[in-house]
Amino acid sequence: MDEAMTGMNEEVGLSFGADDSEPLGQTPGSASGAETPAKFVSRGVDVFYGAKQALFSIDIDIMPNEVTALIGPSGCGKSTFLRCLNRMNDIIDGCRFSGSIVLDGEDIYARAIDVVHLRARVGMVFQKPNPFPKSVYENVAYGPRIHGLASSTADMDEVVRTSLERAGLWEEVKDRLHEPGTGLSGGQQQRLCIARAIAVEPEVILMDEPCSALDPIATARIEELIDELRTNYTIVIVTHNVQQAARVSQRTAFFHLGKLIEFGDTDQIFTNPRAERTRDYITGRFG
Amino acid sequence: MPIAVLLATLIGLTVAGYYMGRSRAVAVGGHGTRHLNSLPSYYGLYVAAWCGIPAVSIVVLWLALEPEIIRALLVATLPDVAGTWSDGTMALMLNDIRNLAGGNIVSRDVDPELRTAAEYYAFLRNTGFAAMAVVALAIAAGGLTYGRRAIHPDLRARNRVEGVLMVFLIISSTVAILVTIGIVLSLLFEAIRFFQRVSPVEFLFGLEWSPQTALRADQVGSSGKFGSIPLLMGTALISFIAMCVAVPVGLLSAIYMAEYAPPRVRSAVKPALEILAGIPTVVYGFFAALTMAPFLRDWGSQIGLSISSESALAAGLVMGIMIIPFISSISDDVITAVPQSMREGSLGLGATKSETIRRVIIPAALPGIVGGVLLAVSRAIGETMIVVMAAGLAANLTVNPLQAVTTVTVQIVTLLVGDQEFDSAKTLAAFALGLVLFFVTLVLNIVALTVVKKYREQYE
Amino acid sequence: MSNAASPAAAAPRLAAAPTPTSVRVKASLTRRYRAERRFRAYGIVAILVALGFLVLLFSSIIGNGYSAFWQASLRLDITLDATAIDPDGTRDPDTLATADYAGLIREALSKRFPGVSGRDARRKLFGLVSQGGTYDLARMVSADPGLIGRTISVWLPLSDDADMLIKGHIPRDVAEAERRVSDQEIVWLDELAAKGDVEKKFNVRFFTNGDSREPELAGIWGATVGSLLTMLVTIAISFPLGVASAVYLEEFARKNRWTDLIEVNINNLAAVPSIVFGLLGLAVFLNFFGLPRSAPLVGGLVLAIMTLPTIIIAGRAALTSVPPSIREAAYGLGASPVQAVFHHVLPLAMPGMLTGAIIGMARALGETAPLLMIGMVAFIVDIPHGFRDPATVLPVQVYLWADSPERAFVEKTSAAIMVLLAFLIVMNAAAVYLRKKFEVRW
Repeated sequence: MDEAMTGMNEEVGLSFGADDSEPLGQTPGSASGAETPAKFVSRGVDVFYGAKQALFSIDIDIMPNEVTALIGPSGCGKSTFLRCLNRMNDIIDGCRFSGSIVLDGEDIYARAIDVVHLRARVGMVFQKPNPFPKSVYENVAYGPRIHGLASSTADMDEVVRTSLERAGLWEEVKDRLHEPGTGLSGGQQQRLCIARAIAVEPEVILMDEPCSALDPIATARIEELIDELRTNYTIVIVTHNVQQAARVSQRTAFFHLGKLIEFGDTDQIFTNPRAERTRDYITGRFG
Repeated sequence: MPIAVLLATLIGLTVAGYYMGRSRAVAVGGHGTRHLNSLPSYYGLYVAAWCGIPAVSIVVLWLALEPEIIRALLVATLPDVAGTWSDGTMALMLNDIRNLAGGNIVSRDVDPELRTAAEYYAFLRNTGFAAMAVVALAIAAGGLTYGRRAIHPDLRARNRVEGVLMVFLIISSTVAILVTIGIVLSLLFEAIRFFQRVSPVEFLFGLEWSPQTALRADQVGSSGKFGSIPLLMGTALISFIAMCVAVPVGLLSAIYMAEYAPPRVRSAVKPALEILAGIPTVVYGFFAALTMAPFLRDWGSQIGLSISSESALAAGLVMGIMIIPFISSISDDVITAVPQSMREGSLGLGATKSETIRRVIIPAALPGIVGGVLLAVSRAIGETMIVVMAAGLAANLTVNPLQAVTTVTVQIVTLLVGDQEFDSAKTLAAFALGLVLFFVTLVLNIVALTVVKKYREQYE
Repeated sequence: MSNAASPAAAAPRLAAAPTPTSVRVKASLTRRYRAERRFRAYGIVAILVALGFLVLLFSSIIGNGYSAFWQASLRLDITLDATAIDPDGTRDPDTLATADYAGLIREALSKRFPGVSGRDARRKLFGLVSQGGTYDLARMVSADPGLIGRTISVWLPLSDDADMLIKGHIPRDVAEAERRVSDQEIVWLDELAAKGDVEKKFNVRFFTNGDSREPELAGIWGATVGSLLTMLVTIAISFPLGVASAVYLEEFARKNRWTDLIEVNINNLAAVPSIVFGLLGLAVFLNFFGLPRSAPLVGGLVLAIMTLPTIIIAGRAALTSVPPSIREAAYGLGASPVQAVFHHVLPLAMPGMLTGAIIGMARALGETAPLLMIGMVAFIVDIPHGFRDPATVLPVQVYLWADSPERAFVEKTSAAIMVLLAFLIVMNAAAVYLRKKFEVRW
């Protein structure tokens, strides 16, 4: 399925010239084919922090059950875009959004959309592991509890267990579920945060540089996990690490100075980037 | 004021020493000041230090010790009967002599012996002062000469001056410790004298407090009762009422300010709460006595409750108002110190703002908040003016907030204000109470500061 | 979790097909937003309660106190009879100052109300004018002996009860026995008022007099001077010591057990109840060193000790905020550590230290309890002239007046509080101004 789609994208992408201001690769509307609708469709997304514009007219389609990687140098807007997808930017003072992002046919910036509901559907894992100062169990149970997803204690135990299992953490913490989550190692904490996110049963998981604070072994563990999670969830990951994007993602978007430079199949971006800047970035010439 | 003249002279000498030292240094250094070890002004300071510091120290020492020395000399000359006087009589006598010498008693006929003593006292003071002045001036002049002669191009004047300065700095920094030692010793010393008269067991566990000691030994109830439990209970009751007001109001307003309020509201409300913190406690006391207590009493009588006009409730409520800004500013600090990642983690899971605050931020900030509340409790316990003005004097052992109770601080004030002889169990009891107060608040503060510090470290 | 088993089932999900999570979250939203609004309302209520208390406090003080700035006065035509004032015609100042002016006032009143007879009625009539009237006359005549023999029209202060009645603090509609002003007195006062002979004049006495047992004569000047003297002692001691201490601890002291001990000490001293400092002052300064009771010197010493921790803590904060680059630059030019600190770091930290000192002073200015311990609570009429004179301070004056039973002292107390608060507001405004003006310059 992936290959078929990639092929299609490439074809369309070619029709675009080398105009620097337009992103190369997948074009608007192209991916929302009849049988596989995109999970997220972003059109003309501009974001301002006060007077400063952070994102310029971003058009991206994010496909279900894929890992989409957002890469680019620091300050390029990739995290800003990620945070638009579950409206986490709303909590930043002076942040303005225009354009549209459609999740399963609904504009998430429409008035009728409730952020609480949206964020329950689009979970998030942060750069630095941020377990709450509670027990491991309570950390995972937090989401289901506030949303009222578990009807009994046994139910909750089950949710906690499956979430931890899916995050690959169960074996390591099953004997200390009631010890503080902050007592775990960095990598374990990050997997705890992933377990916490999936306990809510979201449809999409956003990951904002989830491995940047971790050592290589813990990173490898998380990368494996991301690959496993892809079967059930749509995943969007922001990463600083170009190799990581190559390893875990099916699709890659390259951001630079708030603009989307190139978006396409990961293999293609890494083997045959169309834009000069993409090539420079992935070969480590800047960023 | 001869003392002012003396000090002015010494200061003048010191300034002169500075200029003499500086010009001497320039002269010694020869061509320019290149050969000098330090800048000329350091030589000036060097001489000034030699001139001023020892002489001024002598003056200060004399001022501190003068009363004791003169008292000893005076007592030695008093008639033999003085040996049989009690401490109290002696103190009264000396006071009379002092007043007489100062010309404060004019109308009363005085005993000729007393007059002689007063004259002798005045003579001692004058001679003593003159002698001290001569010594101080001599030392200043000597220091000036010595310092000036010591000037030499190789003299490391800067290092010497800096050394002196450093000694001053070190001494200043130990003042805090000296104060603590002073507090502990003075309280302890007087409290021990109190416990020689009243047993500590009675003091700590007695249920009755009526410190009126009789004037004559055969009077009824001459012993007085010094059980501090009613006072401690009263203090606890009023502090508890205060906390019931201050903690919810302070904490909730801090939460609103830290998490909800738009910057404009915040910048307007915060200073307003700080005003509340800056109002002197005597003003709160007046407010409690003038407005709050009558209001509560009238309101109580309307709904058929008898509320004492010196009720614990009025004092506690007003004390609570006083403590609101204290709690809210500490809680505000503590809440804003909770890392933003906690908020994002919770909001990112779809929690509402209040769910985030109640389930993540407050639990995370709890140690800091508890520390702040402990500090506030210690403040409530030690608060004096509000309770002096609005709470009663009757030591009722009750937990009914509508009745009048009294507190430790109220009793300290009542025992010590007014003319009392200093050695009675009554006045000494104030120091014993002070000791209890000091230790209770000290323990609370240490615990609170440790908790808060631990909390800060957790997120740094 | 339904789709956990089969990845294939999840893949071709139709647009907006709701998941179980989605449905259940949606169902919970109404309840949760209600809780959200409730919680927010608690916060707003809490702030309103706090601000409400503030408003209540101020309005109660101002409402009670503003009238104290006016004093009801009575216009009387007084004949300065030479035989009564200066029978021998010597113009001796002593004679002029101690003459029987009260008698002249009584005479003038009798002339004004010729019908009044009987001891009781006459006493009441004469009681309308305050004692202060005689002092006023004495001062006028002493200043200008030429007035003797003439008849002058002067405004004399009314007694406190009459003053209260005119200001409306004594209700007229209660039974005569229950108020301090009799019906007869009310008739007199109304008659005078109808003729325009009773007026409320600006109360200069309140700002120039010392304390008095007579409310209409009591002023805050004595307490203000006492406060000033006390504050001078406090700042002269605590500021140098505090700055020196902060400089040593922050810039020179090595981190060891000793400095840790000092630090813990300072933090704890900052939280010791103020009354304990009063006990210290009583035991050490009065009983051990034999310093005079009630003196600004001792009050200042006690408050200096009390403020010291505040100044040290603020001073250290100010020093830490000076960036290390300044010190390094000075060292780079060959300055000694002492020179680096005193020439470069300290001047930069000074505004912060001053701000701390002003805030400490403001706290000391409002402090009452420790001063009660060292006898500054005595009734003192004279204006203090030196640091060893008996004196009182503004907050203690407030306490003393608050304790007095006369109704007129309520307004005096409130007015004294207003003056005290004005001082505090000025000091805090100065601190805020300093902080704003010298905020981060690097």
